[in-house]
Amino acid sequence: MNRADLHAPVEGAQNEVLVRLEGIGKVFPGVVANDDISLEVRRGQVHCLLGENGAGKSTLISILAGMQQPDSGHIEINGARVAISSPRVAMDHGIGVVYQHTTLIPTLTVLENLMLGDTGRLPLDRKGAMKRLKEVSAKLGADINPNALAGDLGLGQQQQVEIAKAMWQGSKVLILDEPTSMLTPQAIAELEESVNRLKAEGLAVIFITHKLREAYAIGDCVTVLRGGRMAAYISPEELSQYDEEAAKKRILEAMFGDDIDNVSADQAEELAGATRAGQDHDADAAASRPVVLELRGVSSHAGRMEIGIEDVSIAVHAGEVLGIAGIDGHGQSALAETIAGQRSAQKGAVLFEGREVTKLGVRARQRLGLRYVTDDRLHEGIVGDLSVAVNLVLKRIGQAPFWKRGQINRSAVQAEAAERIAEYEIRTPGADTRAGTLSGGNIQKILLARELSHDPKVVVFHKPTYGLDLKTVHRVREAVRRFAAEGGAALLISTDLDELVELSDRIAVISKGRIVGEVANDSSGTSERVGELMTGSTREPSLA
Amino acid sequence: MTTNMQLAPSTGAPQPAPSTDAVPQPKQRGRGRAAVDVLVRTITPVVLALLAGALVLLMLGKDPLQFYGDIVYYGLAGNGWQNSMIAMAPLLLIALGLIIAFRGKLWNLGYNGQYLLGAAIVAGFGPDILVSFPLAIGIPLLAIMAIVVGAAWTIIPALLKAKYGTNEIITTLMMSFIGVSVTNILVKGPFQDASVAVPQTRELPFDGMLPYIPGTKVHIGFIIAILMVLAFHFILKRTSFGLRLDVFGASTKSAKHVGIDARRMTIVIFVLSGAMIALAAAIDIMGLWGYLRTNWNPAYGDKILPFVFLARLNPLASIPLVAFYAVLATGGTIAAQASNLSVDFLLVIVALILMFMTIIEYIGMKRDLGQSYLPQGLRQSLRLGSVGRKKQ
Repeated sequence: MNRADLHAPVEGAQNEVLVRLEGIGKVFPGVVANDDISLEVRRGQVHCLLGENGAGKSTLISILAGMQQPDSGHIEINGARVAISSPRVAMDHGIGVVYQHTTLIPTLTVLENLMLGDTGRLPLDRKGAMKRLKEVSAKLGADINPNALAGDLGLGQQQQVEIAKAMWQGSKVLILDEPTSMLTPQAIAELEESVNRLKAEGLAVIFITHKLREAYAIGDCVTVLRGGRMAAYISPEELSQYDEEAAKKRILEAMFGDDIDNVSADQAEELAGATRAGQDHDADAAASRPVVLELRGVSSHAGRMEIGIEDVSIAVHAGEVLGIAGIDGHGQSALAETIAGQRSAQKGAVLFEGREVTKLGVRARQRLGLRYVTDDRLHEGIVGDLSVAVNLVLKRIGQAPFWKRGQINRSAVQAEAAERIAEYEIRTPGADTRAGTLSGGNIQKILLARELSHDPKVVVFHKPTYGLDLKTVHRVREAVRRFAAEGGAALLISTDLDELVELSDRIAVISKGRIVGEVANDSSGTSERVGELMTGSTREPSLA
Repeated sequence: MTTNMQLAPSTGAPQPAPSTDAVPQPKQRGRGRAAVDVLVRTITPVVLALLAGALVLLMLGKDPLQFYGDIVYYGLAGNGWQNSMIAMAPLLLIALGLIIAFRGKLWNLGYNGQYLLGAAIVAGFGPDILVSFPLAIGIPLLAIMAIVVGAAWTIIPALLKAKYGTNEIITTLMMSFIGVSVTNILVKGPFQDASVAVPQTRELPFDGMLPYIPGTKVHIGFIIAILMVLAFHFILKRTSFGLRLDVFGASTKSAKHVGIDARRMTIVIFVLSGAMIALAAAIDIMGLWGYLRTNWNPAYGDKILPFVFLARLNPLASIPLVAFYAVLATGGTIAAQASNLSVDFLLVIVALILMFMTIIEYIGMKRDLGQSYLPQGLRQSLRLGSVGRKKQ
């Protein structure tokens, strides 16, 4: 793509300001989420919002969407001051939001999903809706089948429908909240294309991301948030002067300020979203080591609305990280839970160090050294109402030395807690603090501390860095790497391709509950090959 | 209704080294402060209910001070305290049965059926068993029979919940209606006292009833109830079973994750709950009533329910609250007659407690979370409105 073309001065009255945020502030108990943030969103521009997790991007967006009210400051739309007191008001002002997670109802058709936002008229206006869909999909440059069930669509397509839904009421401002975080490289390219078309149509787009590469490729101007404050605004004029490297450097400086020296090259690369070549793992060496975890033709079905796994065979050697890539919700949970023993396998066998453990429960497997770091850390991994100390021994209830003759041994629990809190630098006021009051990153540290202590042999990491701040992300990845380096067998399930490429020795791709292929992570282009496997299997039509 | 204060286990003396760089926390309160807070939140609804009740009394033209004074007098003075203790015995055990179930977030509302079936078994078989066996065998045997039946009556809801996730509120209520009807059928049918025309069972032999605590007219059922409450307090607070139950109650997802067999846990909790409620019936029949009539239903569970929540599902804390209700019920019944009020007025007070408790909990939760009481959108509109007016 030629940058000069994309960023050519737009014609006519396209530069008018549609939305202006003025001194927006929002405080949550103990956290200043937004502090005096001002920005302008203009017609025909893509305004990129960058920042680490926790920098205040989501809060700002929920204020614009009418989900939260600012504590201070105000919002102007077309020059008039407005109170966006509910999502309905936001929609009436032409603000459409595409959230990071799908809000489509999987059992309804695409058209029905789109019509959900219609108000008033009791008889549903299908014909009108079809016409509207045609207009919108023409604008997007996407081919959307109105009668497909939303749940049957691939993620890229779902996102196109989400965008169509956000534009359904005639949006003038489109907000995309980390739209690329779960897409394949191919789908990202298609998304970029759609965004550029919308821009040309005169829409204003707010594009939220934490990847520098995307900010540069898609954005006309960039606002960087740090710790709830505006760290920088890079105007279109300024941005067009930079080449990619200079822009990245400028943004990184804004994101980290004086901390820039503390940010390692690795972290910067992670942020940049660069797809790095595979690490120089010695694949042969890993293959020669013993298999610690093996699944042989395992099938496990699950209840309603959930994909199980079908005939899955994988093997993880000691000292290696096997990555599992795939679009979210394609059986990853079933895979992880079947290995952990939370879900029983209907067919096949789970082998641990060559011994069949298919019939063993969670506790027995845990004792053998088979551990599971769950993705639902808040509602499954911990019990929020219980103390940090108890959560650290939650999988060892009733076991010595924490329980003696069925009775809790508080001093042993406290000693264990003190040790783990120090080792994993869990930031908590005390071991007796309710675990639910800690931040997401610290809760993840509790899970890691619990699963990685007391002789782990196989650990399943399920989306271990999802939604964490950059420092914790780094720490978690370090923990995965160290675990494997020390001879552990790690299974890393993730929807973040960059993360998989960074950590894995091999990457298997799961789709609709089946393993559809495996890629050795030994040369460049791994993520493209994984992306091909992912899209190939979901038969996502090329929209380009 | 929230139980979070309660569920956080109060951990003992040894404090860990506090971390040096604590992150900003939502209000961390000291233990003393928290205890006072719980106490305030427990007592305030009761006080408010009594005040609101006083207003109703005034409107009815009664003297509230006189009425409340009578309650305390008849509930405690003279033989009042003994009657209150007798009333406490079944109430404590039913409260315990509810606490066990509710801590596991299993809403066993079938207490009336479980209680009455237990009572029917004791009243039906008691006259024969207490005569044919020595009391040391006969009384425990009857108690066990009641427990088995009460526990068995929870099995269908328990299995349905464990296997299909069927809402236990509905199934236990349905089973309760069936249980109440079965009790009536039993009393009119096989357990009918042939020597009288009214539908009722034979009376237990007088010397087969539970013995008194020496020096009082209070039967030892009171002591049994207190011991059971203390035992379960220990079990719930200190043992691995208690922690598993709390984890299960907090989140079935977490329970599965840490390897708790959710199905087994569901059944165990239901069985224990039903057993305690039926045990209440056994000591109530053997200690106080001695026989059973048809269409008799003390509905203890309905009345004790608010106090179970006021106690924050803590067995130990339920003792003073049950005592409060026992005095209210014992003294109140006489006081109501004395001031020519319907006895149902006591239920009005119980209902008011429940209502104020909900309000106080709501406000307390909001305060804990540091939020305003106003819905956010409304607050914003109000503020913008006032800003706009100032400008004009």
